[in-house]
Amino acid sequence: MAELDAGTTTGSQRPRPLSPHLQVYKLTLSFVMSGFHRISGFTLYFGVLLIAWWLIAAASGPNAYANFEWFMGSLIGRLVLFGYTWALLHHMLGGIRHLIWDTIHGFEPAEREMLALATLIGSVSLTLVIWVVGYLAMGGPR
Amino acid sequence: MRTPMRRVRGLGAAHSGTKDFWHQRVTSVAGIPLTIALFVIVIALLGRSHAAVVQILGSPIVAIIMLLFIINMVYHMWIGMQEIIIDYVHEDKLKLAGLMANTFFVIAVGLGSAFAILKLSFGV
Repeated sequence: MAELDAGTTTGSQRPRPLSPHLQVYKLTLSFVMSGFHRISGFTLYFGVLLIAWWLIAAASGPNAYANFEWFMGSLIGRLVLFGYTWALLHHMLGGIRHLIWDTIHGFEPAEREMLALATLIGSVSLTLVIWVVGYLAMGGPR
Repeated sequence: MRTPMRRVRGLGAAHSGTKDFWHQRVTSVAGIPLTIALFVIVIALLGRSHAAVVQILGSPIVAIIMLLFIINMVYHMWIGMQEIIIDYVHEDKLKLAGLMANTFFVIAVGLGSAFAILKLSFGV
């Protein structure tokens, strides 16, 4: 007998029930933040190329490093780096949230939404703090 | 009678059981201090000359932290992308190609970055 896959009809049997997907759930902040966690992780997967470029440029010599600095100093470069900073911090805080859940804590509705809100507020404010510190370290915007 | 046991014996869509789940947790815990260290290093190097950057990145403590960060990160990335691929790509050939490309990408990025850090440390 063939194994039944979810949703298929075999002979007289009714279609197997499918588990409900995204559209049946109420849109909550923790729901959205769960999606953001995956999206930020996906973005960081390619964002690591910035770090690789930085390290390889530094190892290659002054000219390669000057090219890297030129790109990072441009408006697009700064936007990319700002996005990377936010994605990295958001994914880190979202990861901490998942580690808390791994201990079987924080599953009550109010706690879930609080953790989701904390992740969002935390990642945005930490990103801003780090960029302010970064600009101060460089002696102001230029 | 067929039971879900058959699926368990195959150890899931990536054929690797719960090992990846646990390793994703291990690398996420390791990633917290390493990410904080990365921010400190990057901010400390902002606006510095190439010579200064080479000297600082190549100093033992900084180089070791960067190596740990990169190795931990590419392994974490590898598991994460594998999870995304097996969630959304159901066609077997495409899935295998994606899983293979994932491995190629993280090894290339990891080895390239590690080589750069070692070159900054050992010179030439």
